[in-house]
Amino acid sequence: MANLNIKIGRLQLKNPVMTASGTFGYGTEYSDFMDISRIGGIFVKGTTIRERQGNPYPRMAETPSGMLNAVGLQNKGVDYFIDSIYPTIKDIDTNIIVNVSGSTLEDYIETAEKLNSLDRIPAIELNISCPNVKEGGMAFGTSCISAAQVVKSVRRVYKNELIVKLSPNVTDISEIALAVEAEGADSVSLINTLLGMAINAEKRIPILSTVTGGLSGPAVKPIALRMVWQVANAVKIPVIGLGGIMNAADAIEFMLAGATAIQIGTANFIDPTVSLKVIDGINDYCDRHGYKSVSEIIGALEI
Amino acid sequence: MKKFILDLILKENRKLSNQYALLILTSPDKLPEILPGQFAEVRVDGSSTTFLRRPISIHYVDYETNELWLLIQVIGDGTKRLADLREGELVNIILPLGNSFNEPVDKNSKLLLVGGGCGVAPLLYLGAHFKNKGFDVNFLLGARSELDILQKSEYQKFGKVYITTEDGSMGERGFVTQHSLLKDSNFDYIYTCGPTPMMKAVASYAAKTMANCEVSLENTMACGIGACLCCVTDTTDGHVCVCTEGPVFNITKLKWQI
Repeated sequence: MANLNIKIGRLQLKNPVMTASGTFGYGTEYSDFMDISRIGGIFVKGTTIRERQGNPYPRMAETPSGMLNAVGLQNKGVDYFIDSIYPTIKDIDTNIIVNVSGSTLEDYIETAEKLNSLDRIPAIELNISCPNVKEGGMAFGTSCISAAQVVKSVRRVYKNELIVKLSPNVTDISEIALAVEAEGADSVSLINTLLGMAINAEKRIPILSTVTGGLSGPAVKPIALRMVWQVANAVKIPVIGLGGIMNAADAIEFMLAGATAIQIGTANFIDPTVSLKVIDGINDYCDRHGYKSVSEIIGALEI
Repeated sequence: MKKFILDLILKENRKLSNQYALLILTSPDKLPEILPGQFAEVRVDGSSTTFLRRPISIHYVDYETNELWLLIQVIGDGTKRLADLREGELVNIILPLGNSFNEPVDKNSKLLLVGGGCGVAPLLYLGAHFKNKGFDVNFLLGARSELDILQKSEYQKFGKVYITTEDGSMGERGFVTQHSLLKDSNFDYIYTCGPTPMMKAVASYAAKTMANCEVSLENTMACGIGACLCCVTDTTDGHVCVCTEGPVFNITKLKWQI
């Protein structure tokens, strides 16, 4: 049995396996199937300052080895989260991390400020990479200047761990990672979904109501892995890797490429208990290779 | 209701035609309680194009024989894989998912269960449930042709069966809403599942005749448990997940133009 404990800045994880925002609800949706407190961390659904209805249906298109989504950050707003959801999840014995999104700089600041006061939320994940909202979201994450600006502003008001979720829809993701690191991000998570599109040829219409959407699933894994490797080589802060992780082998690849921890997203839809299998698989790998601690495999790629 | 991830055993794969298969699944353990209208998320193994589970209506549950019936229509590679499963194979299923149809309070209520194409699936279990509760059940089943009228003899076990086909090869020619039964009778409760245009026509008929009407929606889904928010429909409460708030909705809740 290897030591699976991991630290991301001040964040203590019982293992490096977490579940990605937008794929795991508020965690409780999965509690019929497993003990969700075994997971290293749960990134809850993207939260905004005000309630959002999200995009019209259809919001999802299946693709070979993946799916496109255009949910558009449907959520009931940060006040509803604090009043009605937080009390029901705060005692889950794992890290509950809130993914924060906004349309304006003020939205991000105000939402982060409100979450600051919650004892059992040790971190937020700043989503500057959602491809499915017209304003804000990805617009912040695709230029170094705006990414730096939003991180700088939130850093001023948010005292706990600040994770910044990066968009892969950029020319050089390392530049963005360096920009947010310089403004005080404690860690970065990548990748968010890749902008994609699906067409119904019979009807000559796009499948998604928004025409384009975010691609996730194993189809994106090689790109995510490459970007995690690039960013881990560029920055000093911890990197959280995600993008198409389906099993322990995938998770280990991300850690070898330099990720301190990983998130599982789309795979939760096919196997709700996949995160526990990944934890066990990482442990087996460490035992098999004689690692006493999982931290030994971070960036252990030999080139 | 507690949800389970189960490996069920395929006891029988009954080919109903090239396009339809009836999967009869069983388990060494007692099947959990499943309500009429609920669905299952079925994992598809070995497909190069189908990645997500397939949401499939519960067609019938027989607790005496411990059987779960799923009616599969072959649409893409995923449903083809399911229709081609061999007896003895394990099928990974999450169930029971979603809500259920509501039962009328008055036992003398006149009920009509209207299904179109493969959308007839949940109505068998619903009809059986209503018959057990002492209701008189009427099924109105519509399809393109005789070949798409599925499981007729099974429906006949639980109520009167009326049929329409678009080509007139079985029952009355036309759409379900053109059946003479609807001109001659009045119903208190109408339950429907099938293609959206058909359900809207049924809902419109129900609204005109002041019948209470519940529809079962079939939106594209990913998770099936309310986590991904992909399958929403627009309701008087805003966007809600069909997988958790539905699949059954009263038409007064939906923002349909009927």
